[in-house]
Amino acid sequence: MEKFTTHTGRAVPLRRSNVDTDQIIPAHWLKKVTRSGFEDGLFEAWRKDEEFVLNRPERQGATVLVAGPEFGTGSSREHAVWALQNYGFQAVVSSRFADIFRGNSLKNGLLTVVLPQETVERLWELTEADPTAEITVDLEAREVRAANITAPFELDDNVRWRLLNGLDDISITLQNEADVAAFEAKRPGYKPRTLPVV
Amino acid sequence: MGRTLAEKVWDDHVVRRAEGEPDLLYIDLHLLHEVTSPQAFDGLRLAGRQVRRTDLTIATEDHNTPTLDIDKPIADPVSRVQLETLRRNAEEFGVRIHSLGDVEQGVVHVVGPQLGLTQPGMTVVCGDSHTSTHGAFGALAFGIGTSQVEHVLATQTLPLAPFKTMAITVEGELPEGVTAKDLILAVITKIGTGGGQGYVLEYRGSAIRSLSMEARMTICNMSIEAGARAGMIAPDRTTFDYLQGRPHAPQGADWDAAVAYWETLATDEDAVFDAEVFIDAAELTPFVTWGTNPGQGAPLGANVPNPADFEDPQERTAAENALKYMGLEAGTPLREVKVDAVFVGSCTNGRIEDLRAAAAVLEGRQIADSVRMLVVPGSVRVALQAVEEGLDKVFTAAGAEWRHAGCSMCLGMNPDQLAPGERCASTSNRNFEGRQGKGGRTHLVSPQVAAATALLGRLAAPSDLSNNVAVEA
Repeated sequence: MEKFTTHTGRAVPLRRSNVDTDQIIPAHWLKKVTRSGFEDGLFEAWRKDEEFVLNRPERQGATVLVAGPEFGTGSSREHAVWALQNYGFQAVVSSRFADIFRGNSLKNGLLTVVLPQETVERLWELTEADPTAEITVDLEAREVRAANITAPFELDDNVRWRLLNGLDDISITLQNEADVAAFEAKRPGYKPRTLPVV
Repeated sequence: MGRTLAEKVWDDHVVRRAEGEPDLLYIDLHLLHEVTSPQAFDGLRLAGRQVRRTDLTIATEDHNTPTLDIDKPIADPVSRVQLETLRRNAEEFGVRIHSLGDVEQGVVHVVGPQLGLTQPGMTVVCGDSHTSTHGAFGALAFGIGTSQVEHVLATQTLPLAPFKTMAITVEGELPEGVTAKDLILAVITKIGTGGGQGYVLEYRGSAIRSLSMEARMTICNMSIEAGARAGMIAPDRTTFDYLQGRPHAPQGADWDAAVAYWETLATDEDAVFDAEVFIDAAELTPFVTWGTNPGQGAPLGANVPNPADFEDPQERTAAENALKYMGLEAGTPLREVKVDAVFVGSCTNGRIEDLRAAAAVLEGRQIADSVRMLVVPGSVRVALQAVEEGLDKVFTAAGAEWRHAGCSMCLGMNPDQLAPGERCASTSNRNFEGRQGKGGRTHLVSPQVAAATALLGRLAAPSDLSNNVAVEA
């Protein structure tokens, strides 16, 4: 995983709530067996509309998505995170994220920042009025800054530590392999195994 | 203080607990399918890792599989590559797989329970959000992303953030014609698509206890549509009776030991939930969705809501967008909404009881000429059972298409899709924009409402059917 410390970039204000992962990346894109090449599928249906915010020339090269509440609901597809990253997004701001999407994002170094809806509204107003306005997402300071807005955000210490250092979960767990083996030695014998029944 | 069902199962799986770290939980069962696993196996190969416990891992093919011509090579080359990738990965890493054509193939969440692999008190994961289905057995079961799939393959564990508990208590008796699907749709509309966020839901109360295992699975399946981490129901005699004798259920002394453990799992009387919701079963009616998220639902007898009536500005805008996408006018009675297609199937409602319920409504009747109806069993075993009972003949005689098992039109990854603008009454779980095909419009319904809707060509319940239904249609 790439490290995330701080990022500054222009924003895409997405005034929609309940943006489900089927909208972020439609199912037919999920047939790919790689983690890359999903950028053209990002918000595919909405991008057919020329007026959709992502299509606006002033939003090209933007790297921070500012979305409505309940972002990333529905399917667990991690492809939604890859699509956002493949397109160039480094961070997503919303007042509420769906749990699985949030977990997926933080395991891939896409920083999902929870801010109060009123702050999201101010970021929308700012970036709609001035598309060149930049937003800084500072993980070290746990703070979002833009123009005259400074908003602290919370993130679990352990998650933050892994993001700041770009650490891979599996390696961390494997350091505790002895704990796993000890647990396995005590598992009850009646627990099912998937071995074919003969 | 007492503990809840979810807390007991969690505590029994903690491999490592350390200050400042998430708990590391052991995973008892890992289900795989073709869509969310290829990148995880790639990760293992890159790091030179093996699957730690192939004997706790099982794969099936479901999302991409066609429901017609399954004896021929899969027509879509991209789908074919994805299925072949799963087969290759299963072989290389030694994972049991049930491929298209195998008698145990089917939707992953139908296959696990019918094999008896899903049991009370287990932790069950799958790279699929509807893994919550398995919570019906009193298992802690949840969907995970591909990075976590790789983590479980490599370590058989997952580091997990703590959760909160919510009791959804449903007391009383469900009225005639009201099903588990109507109940869960009503719950989601009540608490919202984010209402369960961070919570493990426990469904309890007399109405839940009286439900069959399959109905309980329908309810737990849609916990994710309320944003919940998982949904659970305490195991009881109904659970044990369902499990006993299944291929992977414990036997003999193991069975007794397992039941003794399972009986300790129910939430203690003095346990406290972080949140509680109460529902009176007697007040429920058949329920349908009108919008583009599962929280946008209403009783079938209601009208399409007016967005102006929503106080919350986000909900108002969402309702406006939804009505526009769905091509609906505020104030239209839902019973007047005409449909082009009906889909019966999915991990929500693709089990034998669902097919029986739909067939009972269709028997001796004809679906409307304007409607195309697909019936897709959740697994090959379900299909075989349906054929044995003659249900397939009921469906085809009524004018519906009887297909092979798979996810099918629930998400349209295979050729079973709606055309742009087509409207569908679907027993599946998501009414998102384009979910069943680009531009398609979905109304989530129970199998009974799906069947009645197919007969009348408009959203309807079996109680709307008169004896001369063919003339009315």
